[in-house]
Amino acid sequence: MKYLDEYRDVKIAHKLAAEIRRRSTRPWVLMEICGGQTHTLMRYGIDDLLGDSVQLVHGPGCPVCVTPLEMIDRAIALARRPDVTLVSYGDMLRVPGSETDLFHVKAEGGDVRVVYSPTDAVQLARTQPGRQVVFFAIGFETTAPAHAMAVLQAERLQLQNFTLLVSHVLVPPAIRTLLGSPKNRVQGFIAPGHVCTVVGVRDYEELVHEFHVPIVVGGFEPIDLLEAIHMLVTQLEEGRAEVENQYSRSVQYEGNQPAQKAVALVFEVSDRKWRGIGSIPESGLQLKERFAGFDAERRFDLADVRAEEPTECISAEVLLGLKKPTDCPAFGTRCTPEKPLGAPMVSSEGACAAYYQYRRHLVTL
Amino acid sequence: MRRTTNTGVISLHSELVSNDETKDLTAFSCPVPLPAGERILLGHGSGGKLSADLLQDVFLPAIGNPVLNRLEDQAIVTLNGARLAITTDSFVVKPLIFRGGDVGSLAVHGTINDLAMGGAKPLWLSVAFILEEGLPIETLRRVVASMRDAAANAGVQIVAGDTKVVEKGSADGIFINTTGIGLVREGVTLSATQARPGDSILVSGMLGDHGIAILAEREGIQFETAVQSDSAPLHALVASLLEATHDVRCLRDPTRGGLSSTLNEIAASSGVGMELLETSIPVREEVRGACEMLGLDPLYVANEGKLVAIVAPDSAETALRALQNHPLGKDACIIGGVTAEHPRMVVMRTPFGTTRIVDMLAGDQLPRIC
Amino acid sequence: MCLAIPGKVSQIEVQDGVRCGRVQFGGITRHACLDFVPEVNVGDYVMVHVGFAISVVDKDEAERTYALLETMGVLADELAPGGADSTPS
Repeated sequence: MKYLDEYRDVKIAHKLAAEIRRRSTRPWVLMEICGGQTHTLMRYGIDDLLGDSVQLVHGPGCPVCVTPLEMIDRAIALARRPDVTLVSYGDMLRVPGSETDLFHVKAEGGDVRVVYSPTDAVQLARTQPGRQVVFFAIGFETTAPAHAMAVLQAERLQLQNFTLLVSHVLVPPAIRTLLGSPKNRVQGFIAPGHVCTVVGVRDYEELVHEFHVPIVVGGFEPIDLLEAIHMLVTQLEEGRAEVENQYSRSVQYEGNQPAQKAVALVFEVSDRKWRGIGSIPESGLQLKERFAGFDAERRFDLADVRAEEPTECISAEVLLGLKKPTDCPAFGTRCTPEKPLGAPMVSSEGACAAYYQYRRHLVTL
Repeated sequence: MRRTTNTGVISLHSELVSNDETKDLTAFSCPVPLPAGERILLGHGSGGKLSADLLQDVFLPAIGNPVLNRLEDQAIVTLNGARLAITTDSFVVKPLIFRGGDVGSLAVHGTINDLAMGGAKPLWLSVAFILEEGLPIETLRRVVASMRDAAANAGVQIVAGDTKVVEKGSADGIFINTTGIGLVREGVTLSATQARPGDSILVSGMLGDHGIAILAEREGIQFETAVQSDSAPLHALVASLLEATHDVRCLRDPTRGGLSSTLNEIAASSGVGMELLETSIPVREEVRGACEMLGLDPLYVANEGKLVAIVAPDSAETALRALQNHPLGKDACIIGGVTAEHPRMVVMRTPFGTTRIVDMLAGDQLPRIC
Repeated sequence: MCLAIPGKVSQIEVQDGVRCGRVQFGGITRHACLDFVPEVNVGDYVMVHVGFAISVVDKDEAERTYALLETMGVLADELAPGGADSTPS
């Protein structure tokens, strides 16, 4: 497949890895933000290729993992209503809420459906006027434009039975929280390439100026990540801290303007809770007042569905890259993908699940 | 730790009970562990870990016996000196009619294949239908005609049947349960317990066709593809293979749960490890495209017309040629080997030379956006 | 959060005021919304995320950076005695 296979080329991968090992004079601590990038690193064993030349830690880049407990509980509460069809991406189905998850709710008879695209959810609402279709709209900045379009489409079609349960999070505030922590060890970041495809690169320039830490916008294939790591190591060895764009075949400096316009029309920035981390100001999106009619939290009474998160949790330390999944006392024993204790073990992009699924043979449990 | 709701109801989910909710989070620090499931989930039918758990926790303790406990695809019993293979299966698929087949042909082929994997010549089938109230009779006619054709082409007879009807909403149109009986070939003993370090692992063709063909028609996922289900009876392919070499240790058809579940089961039964070569795994371009789009791994996608063969190393080439010479095995290849290392674990060697685990999934694989 | 893959645009049309089209991913075809890439033409490659094209793959950038990688590979070969090594310990 074009623009995919070339970036999995074995010879180039080995050459890049050799270059990184040659260039690096100490094990720089690097973090990738996006769950999809974590997945690739694990799947191809990139940490093995790089040996001690860098230390890769994995960031809070999985919106599944960081969706607050409360939101999962609200989705569950909605799915249990006999008049509601709860539509979701596959990722969310197994994430544990306070007591159960959407998969179990489906087993109990709840109408829970999986879709690939939010337009499928709109279509469902169109063809089933007797049902209240609620779409569980989670994600980073990458998915917000698609959700905005779904709302605009629903408005155009004058759908009375379509709402969104919104749990969008933004990446830069999370990085800021991380970099602001006195315990931070991360020395360089791989920024999420598809987020930047939408929003551009400017936010990351601000972070670099504020914290003097190099950031490279990276893609998702093994060559992309190796090239991004190479660029970060080069910067660190040369004492530079800049934003560079490795993923230039998809990311432009300004990002995607029509997509940004759609988001700005429908959403506004709000405070958001991140599971395992807590509330980060101005780190999320919510529907604008004009679209309040499409907000599931307003149409349905969910105010009494609340959950408290512990203020400290190793999930948080893993999500912020301070600990590796293997540092957790429960990893692989009390906490496995079948019986997950926390969100990073559930989603296949969660750091813990990725470690468990792909790499546990390298670790003595 | 305790999780409270606004109404003040306390849900206790941790073994570690703290009187003070806000402090002492050091010893146990993750959010809520889910209570052990009390209900059947869709995942229990997916052929992965949950299915295995159900066997170990519910079925075997109650009805286990030496024959059943072997957990092969078929049971082999002796009657008057002859070895009979017996299998039972249920077929639930949505949509009922899909590219490359329907629930009827799927049922006939699937049952034949379970017998064939035991080295048996399939002879007789029984079929029991559970029909949903409201099902168009025309649909039923079509499915039954399909079964007739599939059976005739395979040389098996449908000798017994049953029909029940359930209320609307209690079945997806048609559920079919079958029992198959066959005669095991002389001198052939195949079992998942027989894999040995050094053995070669072969597959008979491209992986993932059936699962992707079904997914392409599923509401909410729909996409256009020419991929058809690979549903096919494999007994003739198996016969070719067993005629060519006596050194086949085990045969399995990787249906629900995909190649990964099958190999993990064999690895566990034999107490061996396996190493696969990612560059050797055969997947057709369309299946790869669909998997890339949906974030699926072809190793976990169902097949209905393929087999996995574990073969002694010296006979691997002979076995491969025998498969390739048959129309249903023309894309056969060697994908890896059995090893004494990392017992019970299946490991993939990536194109970069690094390794990762090919794990059994807990439940069904779901499309993802992350 | 970011599963997007490159696909080739095979058809463009306007439906209900929305620009959409058919995109091929290695042999399968799916409809996708093209409203975010108004500059796209049939034959272009787009990155598609949850049924929406979020960028047109920049052919020139892709070629340029790929060529750089290949060159770097050649340099590495020249610099390292005995050629590039493979997997480390």
